Amino acid sequence: MATVTLTPKKVPSLRLEADNITPDVFAGKSAAEIAGLHVFTGNTQELLGDYFTVAGSAGATAAETSIVIDGDASRVKYIGMKMSAGDILVKGNADMYVGAWMLGGKITVKGSIDAFAGTGMTGGEIIVDGDAGNYLGAAYRGDWRGMQGGLIRVGGNAGSDIGTFMRGGEIIIGGNTDVHVGTHQEGGRIVVKGDCKSKVGGQMVEGEIIVFGDIEVMMPGFQYRNDVDLEVDGSEATFALYEGDVGERHPKRKGDVVFGKLYLKY
Amino acid sequence: MAKLVTDVVCPFCGTLCDDLEVSVTDDGKKILDVYNACAIGAEKFLHSQASDRITRPRMQDEDGNWKDVSYDEAVEYTAKILADAKKPLMYGWSSTNCESQAVGTQIGEVTGAIMDNTATVCHGTTLIAVQDVGIPSCTLGEVVNRADRIVFWGCNPAHAHPRHMSRYSIYPRGFFTGKGQKSRKLVVIDPRCTDTSKLADYHLQIEQGRDYELFDAFRVAFKGEKLPDTVAGIPKKTIYEVAETMKSGRFGIIFFGMGVTQSLSKNHNIDAAISVTRDLNDYSKWSIMPMRGHYNVTGSGEVWGWLHGFPFALDLSRGFARYNPGDTTSNDLLRRDEVDAVFVLGSDPGAHFPFGSVKKIWGLPSVCIDPHITPTSAVCKLHVPVAFVGVETGGCAYRMDNVPIECRKVVEPPEGMLTDEEFLKKVLTRVKELKGA
Ligand code: SF4
Repeated sequence: MATVTLTPKKVPSLRLEADNITPDVFAGKSAAEIAGLHVFTGNTQELLGDYFTVAGSAGATAAETSIVIDGDASRVKYIGMKMSAGDILVKGNADMYVGAWMLGGKITVKGSIDAFAGTGMTGGEIIVDGDAGNYLGAAYRGDWRGMQGGLIRVGGNAGSDIGTFMRGGEIIIGGNTDVHVGTHQEGGRIVVKGDCKSKVGGQMVEGEIIVFGDIEVMMPGFQYRNDVDLEVDGSEATFALYEGDVGERHPKRKGDVVFGKLYLKY
Repeated sequence: MAKLVTDVVCPFCGTLCDDLEVSVTDDGKKILDVYNACAIGAEKFLHSQASDRITRPRMQDEDGNWKDVSYDEAVEYTAKILADAKKPLMYGWSSTNCESQAVGTQIGEVTGAIMDNTATVCHGTTLIAVQDVGIPSCTLGEVVNRADRIVFWGCNPAHAHPRHMSRYSIYPRGFFTGKGQKSRKLVVIDPRCTDTSKLADYHLQIEQGRDYELFDAFRVAFKGEKLPDTVAGIPKKTIYEVAETMKSGRFGIIFFGMGVTQSLSKNHNIDAAISVTRDLNDYSKWSIMPMRGHYNVTGSGEVWGWLHGFPFALDLSRGFARYNPGDTTSNDLLRRDEVDAVFVLGSDPGAHFPFGSVKKIWGLPSVCIDPHITPTSAVCKLHVPVAFVGVETGGCAYRMDNVPIECRKVVEPPEGMLTDEEFLKKVLTRVKELKGA
């Protein structure tokens, strides 16, 4: 695995759009070639080398390329967007769209990230030690396909609109979330270790939401079914199973109506 | 002597009444009186006649002292701050005509600007929901002639759209609604008691911020499924009863306002309301319509829709259109220090935006194009007064139901004053020179 290290040397005046920071674009390039890749500040095209000192060189393919951002990237958008393989480590924070439309590989962020991370992702992993912003693993506006595969794991809290229109994959939040978890969910699994505020599973068709803490206000479209014992992310517990959202359309499979499943820990 | 101008269109709210009459002096220079308009509409016409009106552009220095400048100097400053900026924000566009919106968009294309309109703090969430789930809608004419079930959700037309109820939604006698108000059942959903809710057959005094739950509960009720004892503070018996009332109509409509678009859940509230409308079409004919505020906010969405595919929060910075509310919306950009110049036309963010955003505008190169002195003109470096659209110049505007209506010129603007469109064309020419485009 060849490693490219980007050390921040200048704080962007506005915000930097750096959709070129992916193993796919870096693959096969030398440090000088990487420093010559473009970034955007608004309407102005600049160079990656204007903002980062580039060291090391990339592997021949994305899968053989590691990228380390050795510092803070809290004003840098689109890190790892559409990446298909390889890995990225951000030692500080990152701005919006981390791993948006990601296909594979792994992104690790030691700090926190802003909104729209993992938008419409189909594979790979996003691991965040700090907090995540709104619209984590959600769909782009007007799209009915949110996260479809892969894993997002957040150590801290997450914002609102987690997994909107999610259709596959798994999101695990270590802390609490704001409102709207799994709105319009049609598959996949969302695990919240802490509390959720309200609007959990609204308009949900299929899939699973598992909440270890409290839900302040339940959606009226969820109905209690029975208790179940589950092993979730390494811990065993008894949960109350609710099904819903009964107000929404639901498919039939083998003669039975399929609902979204909401597990709430006792 | 006076002459009467008939079929005048009111350029104030999204109801865009087109039956006003205005009497003007024979030389066409002064408005004497306005007939048929509501109080706020009439005031808009009469305000243009104020004797202390600002008629020349003016700039303020760092200590807040104003100095008159010529229109040429104003064009130069505006063109320069837009051309120099890496990410200029061009905001407003709701109280002007479509012709000006189109010229403004060309300026945005040349300078790589963010174009945003007042929907960003109003019905932008509605537009997001429409992109997510579509919208079954109709025109106000159909409401007059057919609707026998009216729902006002999170809006108070008695005050915000004063002639809406008399022209379209409650009182008028239409083709199939010959008994007027008697042929209609009115449901008002609002946490407050308002002058609209006083007229209602059912006033559901919902808990603040629980609209999403109540919409969901209606969908559960339509299906005959069981509900918790109360939802959003409303007993389930009432929810089932109102659900039956809605299902039993021949033609129903949900009108909704900023009480649902800008309270907790935002776009999801509208998404759920549209889903309620879709469900109701299994039993009867139902439509849904946003109560748009500014008279031509709908038009700016239309213009950008046909030019660039998105109705607000349009990001042209990289030479192609991008859109993502939360990222490309004015308040997010200001809050996150993502813009370096601010241009405002046809809106008053100084009054409508959070104070934090207004402070950011104050710290940036900025211009406000507005006939009035407003909180926005007070924080911008340059204030350019222009003629009143719909009073001193005509142009196209879109009513809340997306019907385009041609506004009329009623009087002459003050001597030497430019219209929005004339000013913008001069800026466009200069911006093209500066950018070498
Ligand atoms: S209801 Fe609206 S459009 Fe009609 S007169 Fe009043 S302000 Fe003007």
